[in-house]
Amino acid sequence: MISTNYYIILSAILFTIGALGVLIRRNPLVIFMSIELMLNAANLAFVAFGRSWEIAKGEAFFNGQIFVFFVIAVAAAEVAVGLALIVEIFKTKKNINIDEMNSLKG
Amino acid sequence: MVSIRPSKCIRGYSTTEMDELMHLSETILSLAPWLVFAPLTGLLINLIFGKRFNERTIGTVASSASGAAFVVSVLLAYAVSINHGEVMRWRLAEWIHVGTLSLDWTFRIDSLSTTMMLVVSGVGTLIHVYAIGYMREDVRFKHDEGRFARFFIFLNLFIAAMMILVSGDSYLMLFVGWEGVGLCSFLLIGFWFEMDTLGRPSWANSDAAKKAFVANRIGDFGFLIAAFLMFWNFGSLQFDDVFLGASSLSAINSPLTVAITLFLLLGVAGKSAQIPLYVWLPDAMAGPTPVSALIHAATMVTAGVYLVARSAPIYTTAPAAQYLVAMTGAVTALFAATIAVGQYDIKKVLAYSTISQLGFMVAAVGMGAYVAGMFHLVTHAFFKALLFLSAGSVILGLERGHHHLAHKKESDDSRRRRSQGTSHSHEPFDPGDMRNMGGLRKSMPVTFWLYIVGTLALAGIVPFAGFWSKDEILLDARLHFPAVYWLLTIAAFLTAFYMGRQIWMVFFGESRTEAAAHAEESPKVMTVPLMVLAALSVLGGGLNLPFDGFHNLGHWLGHTLGEVESLPLDLTVAGVSTLLALAAIFISWLLYGRTPLEAGQTDPLKGLGFVFKGMENKWLMDEFYQVAIIEPFKKLSQFLADVIDWRFWHDFVHDTLIVGTYNWLSSIALDRYADRKGIDAFANWLGAATQWISQTIRKAQNGFVRSYALAVMLGVVVILGYLILK
Repeated sequence: MISTNYYIILSAILFTIGALGVLIRRNPLVIFMSIELMLNAANLAFVAFGRSWEIAKGEAFFNGQIFVFFVIAVAAAEVAVGLALIVEIFKTKKNINIDEMNSLKG
Repeated sequence: MVSIRPSKCIRGYSTTEMDELMHLSETILSLAPWLVFAPLTGLLINLIFGKRFNERTIGTVASSASGAAFVVSVLLAYAVSINHGEVMRWRLAEWIHVGTLSLDWTFRIDSLSTTMMLVVSGVGTLIHVYAIGYMREDVRFKHDEGRFARFFIFLNLFIAAMMILVSGDSYLMLFVGWEGVGLCSFLLIGFWFEMDTLGRPSWANSDAAKKAFVANRIGDFGFLIAAFLMFWNFGSLQFDDVFLGASSLSAINSPLTVAITLFLLLGVAGKSAQIPLYVWLPDAMAGPTPVSALIHAATMVTAGVYLVARSAPIYTTAPAAQYLVAMTGAVTALFAATIAVGQYDIKKVLAYSTISQLGFMVAAVGMGAYVAGMFHLVTHAFFKALLFLSAGSVILGLERGHHHLAHKKESDDSRRRRSQGTSHSHEPFDPGDMRNMGGLRKSMPVTFWLYIVGTLALAGIVPFAGFWSKDEILLDARLHFPAVYWLLTIAAFLTAFYMGRQIWMVFFGESRTEAAAHAEESPKVMTVPLMVLAALSVLGGGLNLPFDGFHNLGHWLGHTLGEVESLPLDLTVAGVSTLLALAAIFISWLLYGRTPLEAGQTDPLKGLGFVFKGMENKWLMDEFYQVAIIEPFKKLSQFLADVIDWRFWHDFVHDTLIVGTYNWLSSIALDRYADRKGIDAFANWLGAATQWISQTIRKAQNGFVRSYALAVMLGVVVILGYLILK
């Protein structure tokens, strides 16, 4: 049986990779993928904690898993809106480099 | 709130009889408020329904109201006699309770106040009845019949106020009545306020009313100061408390009592028309004649005499003030009598005669002869009311004759105008001018005989009422104040003279105008009250004959004023005054009766030169007051208005000091410094600072999404770091 700690460490590593991806990459598609990585890192942590709780209590308890389903649904919706925006931006600018989209500034 | 303070024990009755009488007098005492409420009821009825009632009903209501007050007065006098003259009080209501001052609305029923009540309501009722006839014609001659009810409302208000005056148990309650009658006097003098005495449009009548009011204000000022002094020093305004306080001052002529009595004298001079404030009374003749009779002859003007008699315990402690009161009265009596000699207006003669007779009364009460003064007050009320009302009858008689002629002339004129096209004008006709009269003996016989009775009573011919009362005053004066005696004796001589002159001029000889020739006698509603008054003028002396066993009024008033010496008849005094009166009447016959005045003829007394001119022109007293007081007063007011108020207060203090300071304060201190350099500067700095900060911070929003994400990340790291390391 693998200890919960390993799952959490894996989740942290995945989250860090995702966050760095968001900060470093300039292609919005890659940024979206990095965001997905962060969300799934969180999902992994939910599930790991949920199972750990279940073992400690000794009874069926699905709260962490249910939360993961919500996150997956919201992530799907978010990607749908984000991709639509990217398509529209590409249509007008013929370019999707995120650093060129800086007209909204003080 | 109502309570009875029973009097002390009654002597000379068995216990059951005493109980019954006590019970009876207490029952009667409970009627005391109706002295005031009865006339007020009449007033209210006429006020509410006066427009719907006819004149007879209005007059009946008002006269019954006054008559009811008379009935109550009679009952109260009976109650006082049951109680052997003990003072009775009836507390109607709580009035003023402030600090140590505690005054109730209490009716004081004693022999002095009931005497006044009987005179006021008795003579008042007769005059009410007379006024029904008089005003009926007066409102028609002046073409305003709607004013009939108003007259009786005022008249009832006067009776109510006068009852408050005489029944009050404190100086303050007396003052309420005092001001109330002053108000009624003002309202009634100015009854025909938009015309003069001849009915022409003018403000003369309302000016006369104002004059009376203002002159009385001066007197009221004295009264009020006296009342303040009493309250300040004795802590009360209740009669008995004040008298107790005054008598506890050991010194005779102490400055306090002298001050109080002299300030009261000023009030007396105002209300009772004494020198120097008498000038309003002759002008007050502008009021309808019943008013002159009721207010300005019989009742209101005697309030001053009542006040001195009521304040007797204070006056006796201040002989110096008493002397001044006596001299004021005596000088006024003589002074006014001389003016009366030179007057042509029938009412003006009587007005000056009233001032003169009031002088007799004031002199009497000033000498301490309170009974004599009150006696003369009562008889004077009878015969002077009789004279005034008869004079009113004469005036109306002439007015009737004049209108009769005017109508005839008018119809003649209109006939002539139709044929010739000419117009006519009314010349003003004065029905009160004795030079327009003459020969009324034949056309107005009833009035003539009534007038004779009044004249004999006023002149002091035996056995008419005036003789006895005047004689008592003269006798007292002769014993104690010789100077007063001589002044009053000369005044009495002049009194007989001017009354004789009036009789000859009005009733004898030939008619000097057509109006006099066509004069008509007055109706019964006017002459019957006059007959009652005439009977009283004849018999009134019986109240207090100077024989043993007949000093009835003296004993009656003695219960209140303390026993006074009852002087027997002194043949010298009586003889001198009677002879002088007869001589005066004889001289007046020589001058006016033997050869009656012709129309347009000047007065035979013109031979006296400047003396008669002085009498005729009232010794120029009005003009003197105009020059000596009114003009300087106007100048002073002008000065106060122009210089003190306008230039000093308005221009300097207000405009320069206050507005200037305010402007300086607002423009320099507040505007330049506090507002611009303080508040504005702070607000501007705040704006500038906000701008600068935002200019600085806006650079952070650079539009690069990744730098925002980095900031969020760093923020998360910082917060997490804090939470972990905490």
